[in-house]
Amino acid sequence: MNAYWLSRDRLDALLEALKRRGYRVIGPVMREGLPTLAPLERARDLPWGVEARAAPGRYEVREDAPKARAFDFVLTPQGWKRLLFPPERLLFRVRRTDLGYEVTTPDPEAEPPLALFGVRPCELRAIQIHDRVLSQGPFADEAYTARRRAAFIVVVQCTRSLETCFCASVGTGPEAREGFDLALTEVTDGFVVVSGSFKGADLLQEMDLPEATEAQQREAREAVARAARSQRRRLDPQGLRDLLYGNLESPLWQEIGERCIGCGNCTMVCPTCFCTTVEDGSDLSGREAWRIQRWDSCFSVEYAYIHGGSIRRSVASRYRQWLTHKLAGWQDQFGTLGCVGCGRCIVWCPVGIDLTEEVARFREQHAAVAAQEEQP
Amino acid sequence: MRRKPRIAVWKFASCDGCQLSLLDLEDHLLEIADAVDIAYFLEASRATKPGPYDISLVEGSITTPHDRRRILQIRRQSRFLVTIGACATAGGIQALRNFRKVQEFVRLVYAHPEYIDTLEHSHPVSDFVPVDFELRGCPVNKYQVLELVSALLAGRRPRVPRYSLCQECKRRGLACVMVTRNEPCLGPIVQAGCGALCPAYHRPCFGCFGPAEGAQVAALAQELRRRGRSGPEVVRLLRTFNAWAPEFREESVRHEGA
Repeated sequence: MNAYWLSRDRLDALLEALKRRGYRVIGPVMREGLPTLAPLERARDLPWGVEARAAPGRYEVREDAPKARAFDFVLTPQGWKRLLFPPERLLFRVRRTDLGYEVTTPDPEAEPPLALFGVRPCELRAIQIHDRVLSQGPFADEAYTARRRAAFIVVVQCTRSLETCFCASVGTGPEAREGFDLALTEVTDGFVVVSGSFKGADLLQEMDLPEATEAQQREAREAVARAARSQRRRLDPQGLRDLLYGNLESPLWQEIGERCIGCGNCTMVCPTCFCTTVEDGSDLSGREAWRIQRWDSCFSVEYAYIHGGSIRRSVASRYRQWLTHKLAGWQDQFGTLGCVGCGRCIVWCPVGIDLTEEVARFREQHAAVAAQEEQP
Repeated sequence: MRRKPRIAVWKFASCDGCQLSLLDLEDHLLEIADAVDIAYFLEASRATKPGPYDISLVEGSITTPHDRRRILQIRRQSRFLVTIGACATAGGIQALRNFRKVQEFVRLVYAHPEYIDTLEHSHPVSDFVPVDFELRGCPVNKYQVLELVSALLAGRRPRVPRYSLCQECKRRGLACVMVTRNEPCLGPIVQAGCGALCPAYHRPCFGCFGPAEGAQVAALAQELRRRGRSGPEVVRLLRTFNAWAPEFREESVRHEGA
């Protein structure tokens, strides 16, 4: 894979090349003081000199860093999920006509294709998990599949980690090796670029960039390695599935349930959570009705309503449902962890519940019980 | 043609804001008048028609023996009885008096307390009659009113969420004001439905939609205390428009004097 050199002043040429190909470019820009994914017009709109600090239940941004770097915020509060898999979408509309009914469905192909500019490796992994869940099963989500197929993905490798990042331990970052069209690594004075697809290679060729020097490539490699080394949080995937399945009745769930506020923020900001509900509406005249798909959360009581009521009344049972699905059930269903180590559920939990800590406590408790059982 | 369903709108102890939200449905008023017969709505018209009514929308809390008799009568004449707003649903801001002795207020406030005939508490409508559906808020979200009427006309369940405001807030793409600004936001325990109006302006939710289903009020109060809010502050946060909603009431009592 050849590495090329994209100096900062050529970022606009890259954005232009994407726009010329018909893409609607979405990337991080500052909105109301926070890095936010939105239409990206020019490179100068990127969050230059913005650094984010994250901790359980805390996120703050400093804008006083040197303006030389655009991706040190690491992660926006919400990720790319809402672009490929929107929080709310119309499934169909039905109108009464003289002859019966007329059904119309929105056409996803009618939307301009998206270029996702600045996807982080963990987020790319989350998109790949969504591909598996939403496109490759027997009930594929056509809108997602169409949008995804048309999208152009520009990854930006991570050269900095937030305090809440743990991608290195789950093997999803800080470097993406495949699944992107282009991947950028931010170094002094510019970006080392590689292509990961025909579409990406074609675009690079058009831009006619110089090759990156050995020194530039080394700097990129070292920066990514440093980001990995700086991570303190870990989620050890080894034996995770059996650990959780083996502790479904642990008193730890109750204990977490006393802290959890059941708000569902973790599921909303999780880049892999994909649950939706379907709601029907109708107008006053009774001439028109519609069906909407909307993000749902296993933290709502209503999520588990069946005949006779909700089967998960306690928040402990709802947290258990979420965590065991994410880390264990997901493996049975989709052959992968449902967690990519982005840490958003830790940051955006208003009470700062940290799944890496909770899993560590399950491990400790499990080890303690095992040790006790070995005693004669 | 089928008879148009008859709607009545009733007022008890309240500010009329929810009724005004109905009138604020400007773009839909003609459509509503087309679909239903507005038989009793004094805020809109002096012309009234006698019951029974297919749908009664009730605004306001029950605070006097006279109102208690009136709500029983209204219930008898109504097929669907729906409370609109925090007053009718939870007792309203005026339920703050429920935490003290009302006779003491009466003695202090009125020159002739002997003329005042009041109940000990400001009551939600559901304390006296069965309620078929509740619309929360101070005031209600007018689009929820529209949805309610459309749903009842179509014979389907209204799409009114019971989950937390956070879900609406995140679907809207907002960043949590508690996490970014350490604001004392009640969103995690408050029912969605307003569209995350306050967080969209960087303001913490103050809970005018009342407790969400399964609200973990104690856990949030504990977190607010951990984030530096005092007991009296937590009491004040929980005691606004839905102070008398059981979940908020019980937790606020626990933080009194703490």
